[in-house]
Amino acid sequence: MADQLAIASRRGLRPALPLLLPAYLWLTVAIFLPLSAMVFFSFMTDLPLAGKEWAFTLGNYAAFFSQSLYSRLLLSSLRLGLEVTLWCIVIGYPAAYVLAKVLKGRSREAIFLLVILPFWSNGLVRIFSWAMVLREGGILDTALNAVLPFKINIDLMYSYPAVIIGLVHSYVPYMVLTCYLTLQAIDDSLIEAGRSLGASRRQVLWRVIIPLSMPGLIAGSALIFVPVVGSFMEQRILGGRTGTFYGTVIEDQFVAVFNWPLGAALSFILLAVVLIILALAAPVLRRAG
Amino acid sequence: MAGVQVANVSRSFGAHKALDDVSIDFADGGFYALLGPSGSGKTTLLRQIAGFDFPDTGRIAIGGESVERVPVEKRRIGMVFQNYALFPNMSVADNVAFGLSVRGEPKATIATEVQRALDLVQLGKLGGRKPHQLSGGQRQRVALARAIVTKPRVLLLDEPLGALDKALRVDMQIELKRIQREIGITTIFVTHDQEEALTMSDRIGILRDGRLVQEGPPEEIYDRPQSEFAATFLGDANIFRGDATGSGIKLPDGTTIKASTGASVPAGTKASCAVRPERIQISTGAGMPDAGGANVLKGKVSKRIFAGNNSTYFVDRDGQTLKVIVQNTGAERLAEGQPVVLNWSPDSTVLIAG
Ligand SMILES: Nc1ncnc2c1ncn2[C@@H]1O[C@H](COP(=O)(O)OP(=O)(O)O)[C@@H](O)[C@H]1O
Ligand SMILES: [Mg+2]
Repeated sequence: MADQLAIASRRGLRPALPLLLPAYLWLTVAIFLPLSAMVFFSFMTDLPLAGKEWAFTLGNYAAFFSQSLYSRLLLSSLRLGLEVTLWCIVIGYPAAYVLAKVLKGRSREAIFLLVILPFWSNGLVRIFSWAMVLREGGILDTALNAVLPFKINIDLMYSYPAVIIGLVHSYVPYMVLTCYLTLQAIDDSLIEAGRSLGASRRQVLWRVIIPLSMPGLIAGSALIFVPVVGSFMEQRILGGRTGTFYGTVIEDQFVAVFNWPLGAALSFILLAVVLIILALAAPVLRRAG
Repeated sequence: MAGVQVANVSRSFGAHKALDDVSIDFADGGFYALLGPSGSGKTTLLRQIAGFDFPDTGRIAIGGESVERVPVEKRRIGMVFQNYALFPNMSVADNVAFGLSVRGEPKATIATEVQRALDLVQLGKLGGRKPHQLSGGQRQRVALARAIVTKPRVLLLDEPLGALDKALRVDMQIELKRIQREIGITTIFVTHDQEEALTMSDRIGILRDGRLVQEGPPEEIYDRPQSEFAATFLGDANIFRGDATGSGIKLPDGTTIKASTGASVPAGTKASCAVRPERIQISTGAGMPDAGGANVLKGKVSKRIFAGNNSTYFVDRDGQTLKVIVQNTGAERLAEGQPVVLNWSPDSTVLIAG
């Protein structure tokens, strides 16, 4: 394999083609074809099903700009993405640090499993279990009232915080994993060198460790921000009436209203906005990394 | 600047004693080599002095002030790591500036001090490079500049030249020694290379299995080793084992070896003698001056290794192989298999208590 690749780089791409072909075929079939179908839909007046009449239109895209509702929802989704990403950093980075630099051996493996666990549980199960915890008379409410001497009503269900909690829970493992990988690659002697030069633990953290873990923080943030902006499941189940976001509107177009063309157009606008944000952030991030 | 006192320091990892009751007085301004085989506790001792690790028992003082409760960053030490440990995300100048910058020194001061330190290690023009754009020897110099720019009281180096090739290592030894003299800093240098220890340091401490075996100036340890281990670890030595006679030892076959340096061992107890290979004269025995009072042994050359300016002879004698080094003076060379006579002075023979 290594030999083959070495030869490929010497003689150009052609000998490597048999190795690349399966991946490209799969990408073409699995991503390119459905996506182009969606691009096509987004310019239609109606779905070409059951012999319905349809025509080309830019109206689906125009809808986004003519109705302020959509851009307002997009903004609140972007804000949600930002908040969830920040919470994931606040919670995930320290956890990754402890995993990579403090724990050793068995205890590290055990804690690692606990962090990965949300990945292995079904998304719906995860969200509904939060519903049981957060609702009035639910687990959190009951537990708090059991220990507190006064009566309080905890009902986080169907609220913005509930959506945040659910999303952070789903996405924090990405941050832990990417940060763990970069933190583990930081040689302990760098930390000791910093300390021997007179830096306190805090100074070493800010001046050595965090700058060196930037690639992990950036990768984790990108992996979280992008899908959270388009997410809808947590909003639906935990957010209730407050749970209307850009992602839920798109979902509605596909599963409830059956206006696929509008849904597709809204999706591509989201994609464009996210790409623009990433492109604008890239130079800044490259310097930081 | 300050001396370092290590008093009765012990440190165990589980059941393993990495340091066992070590006491050393590192003089102010001295260049001290800690020498020992791998796993003998050199790094562990250095880490206690630096403050990365803490002794189970014993005391450590820097400049007369006890540092047991002082964290690393307050000890004012400079440390050079074996892998250099340069910050990969910072330029050479920023690496060197780090210690001054965390202290909050003004920018202008930092810039001049950094430039002075880089000039001292002859890297004045490379401040803008990143560590990965430097050669091994240059990284080594940056690490040194970074460690001394803060004007630490003590400079600690953990096998700093171990990763360099032989020629570069010799260059860096000279360079390091020059810089140390120039700033006069107390330096503790860990190495497992005996030649490095001999050529660079004012004093050497030999460690073995966490214990300090012997400590003193290089000449003293070389000329008067107090143990077989010290004799063979620092330089080469021929060792004879037998019973002490009061003025030497008697070998099992009855031969006596006279020794006039080393420990005084009561007659009748087990003892050994050490002789350096270059102190022994080798000849065919013909026309040899009657060496009154010299130690004389007969043997047969089993192997000769010619090394240009000298030759090493391996001489078999009663089941023991002795090593003799002869300077190349143009005299006749002895053939393998030839019977020879070895003789050397009792002054060159060190008596070691068994
Ligand atoms: N943190 C540690 N945990 C367990 N054992 C250690 C630790 N540090 C050192 N040791 C042990 O202590 C002994 C001395 O190690 P070290 O001081 O690194 O030796 P040297 O530097 O002379 O090669 C070795 O046997 C090593 O395995
Ligand atoms: Mg070591």
